[in-house]
Amino acid sequence: MEDLYRENIIEHYKNPSYRGKLDPHDISFADNNPLCGDHIQIDLRVDKEGKVSEARFDGHGCAISQASADLLLESVIGKSIEDVKKLTRQDILDMLGIDLGPVRMKCALLSLKVLKAGVYGLGEATDELVE
Amino acid sequence: MLDVEKIRADFPALSREVHPGVRLVYLDSTATSQKPDSVIEAMNTFYRRNNANVHRGVHTLAEEATSLFEQAREKIARFINAANPREIVYTRNTTEAINLVAHTWARKNLQAGDLILLTEMEHHSNLVPWYMVANERNLRLEFIPITPDGLLDLESFEKLLELKPKLVAFAHMSNVLGTINPASEIIEKAHQIGAITVMDAAQSVSHLRVDVQSLGVDFMAFSAHKMCGPTGVGALYGKLALLESIPPFLGGGEMIKEVKFGSFTPNDVPHKFEAGTPAIAEAIGFGAAVDYLNGVGMEAVAAHEHTIIEYALDRLEEIPGVKVLGPKADKKGAIAAFTFDGIHPHDVAAILDRDGIAVRAGHHCAQPLHNKMGIPASTRASFYLYSTREEVDALVNGIYKVKQVFS
Ligand SMILES: Cc1ncc(COP(=O)(O)O)c(C=O)c1O
Repeated sequence: MEDLYRENIIEHYKNPSYRGKLDPHDISFADNNPLCGDHIQIDLRVDKEGKVSEARFDGHGCAISQASADLLLESVIGKSIEDVKKLTRQDILDMLGIDLGPVRMKCALLSLKVLKAGVYGLGEATDELVE
Repeated sequence: MLDVEKIRADFPALSREVHPGVRLVYLDSTATSQKPDSVIEAMNTFYRRNNANVHRGVHTLAEEATSLFEQAREKIARFINAANPREIVYTRNTTEAINLVAHTWARKNLQAGDLILLTEMEHHSNLVPWYMVANERNLRLEFIPITPDGLLDLESFEKLLELKPKLVAFAHMSNVLGTINPASEIIEKAHQIGAITVMDAAQSVSHLRVDVQSLGVDFMAFSAHKMCGPTGVGALYGKLALLESIPPFLGGGEMIKEVKFGSFTPNDVPHKFEAGTPAIAEAIGFGAAVDYLNGVGMEAVAAHEHTIIEYALDRLEEIPGVKVLGPKADKKGAIAAFTFDGIHPHDVAAILDRDGIAVRAGHHCAQPLHNKMGIPASTRASFYLYSTREEVDALVNGIYKVKQVFS
């Protein structure tokens, strides 16, 4: 059986590097996973060249959702907004280094959904963003 | 006393392994129960031998299928002591049964400003159908509050009755707190002010003897899949006169007596609510589930579950950081939803799954209740006639392991 609770995931969950809020920020978006009541807000600062200079997430949820958010934000620092738009579900799975069933997949993808809704400037975060 | 080992042998899924060498510990019967061989066989036999569409046909298989389908209705009626099998309407599940009442009885009888009284511990399926008619018809909604120990606040209920609700809809047993609500008292008081009562019995019919005539309830909804039966079929019980007084639900075949160009005459109760080809094999499986439970005896089921929940609450409360939601064992069914030390229920459930322990994590379709308790979600272990003390022990050991992962 693959272990969802490997040390690096627990580590990102317990000691996240990107937890918090940014005020002021250039982009901010929040959404819930209604299935489990998880909530994630992501704030970004974008520099003059259109690259992410700072990122923070806030909210609550399971280890998978929170660790994915931390790993995701770590990966977007220095990326252009255009590259952030190109991130996929596979990128998240690669960062986590695990395979997930359909239910836990929603937990893992919540932060990506929120991030993409934010960078696209959408009114709501839909599942299509992470398909 | 019930012979649990003998009962377990009737449920093939209970002996499977979840991971190599790891036996299933199924503590999620509140979501859906496992199924005994007799139910699986009844459906199998139908498809292998009697399969035909019900009603209308005159060939042998159609006659057999119709008899089996209607016999199952009679068994279900007897199981809840309905006065007449025609008071049992087949639906897909509890949710559809409640929607049926909301679409038909409520639309026919409620007008702008009328009040529907619900409770704070309802499952979404006993909330949203009412919200939908309320939005459409400008109805008002009130909620009977719960006390800090997870019981309905009956004093507030009496006050709310002074607002003269037209309908009172409540769960007999909460699927989160496990609370068994005082159904007789609620129904009697509601009737005193002339309200109609709708009881969500999804969690009670499977665990306790429920007698609709002695309760006097007007409508009652339940699902086969929570009581050893298959998914895809459930029932609405309704008093005959009430069912006869309300318009049909979905339109189509079987629900009509006569159709002309431009008009139709609805069929008799219960068929007027059963449009289209029903879940025939599942209805027959529902009947077999009722036979199975009757064979064990609902009193024995309830007594067994009571000893299990008492033991489970004792053991769970030993664990530092575990907080079980809802009342003590004497006021609840075999459901233990809990929070654990700020560890997210998804993580608790996923780590328990490593040991083959199946519990549910989330808000269990009762989001307003979780909001009221100030928690986003909980982990829920639930028990049934096949649950054992060893399974409770496995759960407790599993929770200690969860703690280790996060320490
Ligand atoms: C109290 C209660 N009401 C209603 C339901 C809905 O049942 P179903 O999904 O079978 O319609 C459930 C099951 O989850 C329940 O526990």
